[in-house]
Amino acid sequence: MRLAGIPPLAIGFATVGLVLGVVELLLLLGLLNQFVIPLPSAVLGSFGRLFAEEQLLERLMMTGSEALAASVLVSVVGISLGVLLYKVRILALATEPWVAAVAAAPVVLAYPLFLVIFGRSAATIIAMGFVAGLAPVILKTLEGLKGVRKSLINVGLSYNLTPSQQFWKIEFPAAIPTIFVGVRLGLVFALINLIGVEFLINFGGLGQLINDLAERYDLAGVFATIVFVILVSVVIFAALERMERWLRPGR
Amino acid sequence: MPASAAKLRLAETVKEADLVIDGVTMRFETREGAITAVDDMSFSVERGEFVSIIGPSGCGKSTVFNILGGLVRGYEGKVSVGGDVISGPHPSIGMVFQEESTFPWRTVLDNVAFPLEVKGVRKAERHEAARHFIDMVGLNGFEQRYPAELSGGMRQRVAIARTLVFEPKILLMDEPFAALDEQTRLLLGDKVLKIQETLKQTTLLITHNITEAVQLSDRVIIMTFRPGKVKRIVDIRLPRPRTGDVVGSEAFGRHVAEIWNDLREEASRGMAESEAGARRRKG
Ligand SMILES: Nc1ncnc2c1ncn2[C@@H]1O[C@H](COP(=O)(O)OP(=O)(O)OP(=O)(O)O)[C@@H](O)[C@H]1O
Ligand SMILES: [Mg+2]
Repeated sequence: MRLAGIPPLAIGFATVGLVLGVVELLLLLGLLNQFVIPLPSAVLGSFGRLFAEEQLLERLMMTGSEALAASVLVSVVGISLGVLLYKVRILALATEPWVAAVAAAPVVLAYPLFLVIFGRSAATIIAMGFVAGLAPVILKTLEGLKGVRKSLINVGLSYNLTPSQQFWKIEFPAAIPTIFVGVRLGLVFALINLIGVEFLINFGGLGQLINDLAERYDLAGVFATIVFVILVSVVIFAALERMERWLRPGR
Repeated sequence: MPASAAKLRLAETVKEADLVIDGVTMRFETREGAITAVDDMSFSVERGEFVSIIGPSGCGKSTVFNILGGLVRGYEGKVSVGGDVISGPHPSIGMVFQEESTFPWRTVLDNVAFPLEVKGVRKAERHEAARHFIDMVGLNGFEQRYPAELSGGMRQRVAIARTLVFEPKILLMDEPFAALDEQTRLLLGDKVLKIQETLKQTTLLITHNITEAVQLSDRVIIMTFRPGKVKRIVDIRLPRPRTGDVVGSEAFGRHVAEIWNDLREEASRGMAESEAGARRRKG
């Protein structure tokens, strides 16, 4: 089947619409349980109520800015630490296994510690997101820099580049695709933990709202809020992709 | 003895020589023990001369290339470039590498302009110079493309233009056409020949292609396989300026046969050894 000429975005929306329609139908027919899954139409219908009564817009902004802050921190600190480990080999040898272990640990369980340090505030939430997302960025930055093709490095050496030229003109741009794989992973971890902690400590934006609505058994509201969580991550990832293409054109 | 013959030649030509490699030995430590990649090699390349090094895969050609380029240390012996004994990359040497070496994130224009950019040449000026050399390797019209949008042969031409833009007095090329098909290789060889006849650089080409070596060179250095030594140096007595037609001539065929004769022995020894090595690793 050829779908040429139809923009992919339209196909995406059509697919989602179709799936939602089918779910709605199955729920109405009683083949799916309405106590577990809300009607998609009810989810859509709850948007208005959420904006009017639950300050959805403010909460979206709050979670959005927390997510942005955590993303920037994760990227900047993670990449810098990765570069540091690359430059100081002995440090990499000493710490790489630990960083990998942290990457696999369920950091979210440490939230009481963060509560004690930062209080019940946005700082705790951002800090948790940051800690959760840091490890993959460090590891992938290190991997990317270590994996730069020898021939590219040799080109730089053959022109007697200064160490800083060698890094900024060759090693760093060459490592960008791998670094961005790490940043993407890191941001996924950061976002999951961010919403999770909002939920757990009942503070902040969308995570808290999901908590409230779940306690009131407002399933449609919960699902509607999740849609907005997804919206936050879509915006962040779209921005990230832009940035990668700008920093590293030409594939 | 071929090595002493090389030394004799060295003594005669040392004043004119742009590249002198004198008793160079390089060993690598590997898990299977130390291997001598290059063993007491001596030869020289005179100013404006085109010399090829030919030898079977793994005989140490790239090692010699990296030593001449100042990219590796830890060898015995002495290398001088334009009269200076080197201890690192020499500014009058330009290198074209065996592996893919264009920068994927730069357009053709910015790839070629790279050496001037890092030396602080102004944008307009370096782009003008880059355009000139892009034209010379026949890539005009592709200035704004990225390497991923080019064929392998075109990327290699970008790498050659990037090296030429710096106007090196001495050009080192490590199997620049190895990944190309025979026709493209001959055409590019023609191009390199023309460029060298205009720019008159001292050129050292590393290759394992006999036709290419004979087509382009004034002299061909044949290397032995493990340890890599100079087996013989062949003078190519073909008239210059040369064109692609020279490939069909009788003298050309004689040179090819002569070199193949020397090389066959080394190549089969190389193959036998790598097969034995593979069996050892398996067993
Ligand atoms: N960094 C290194 N460490 C260990 N061994 C090496 C190293 N570089 C080269 N060698 C070994 O030295 C020998 C010569 O290698 P070199 O790359 O110079 O061969 P070559 O003649 O360029 O081969 P090809 O035609 O396949 O490019 C090989 O046996 C190789 O395994
Ligand atoms: Mg080689």
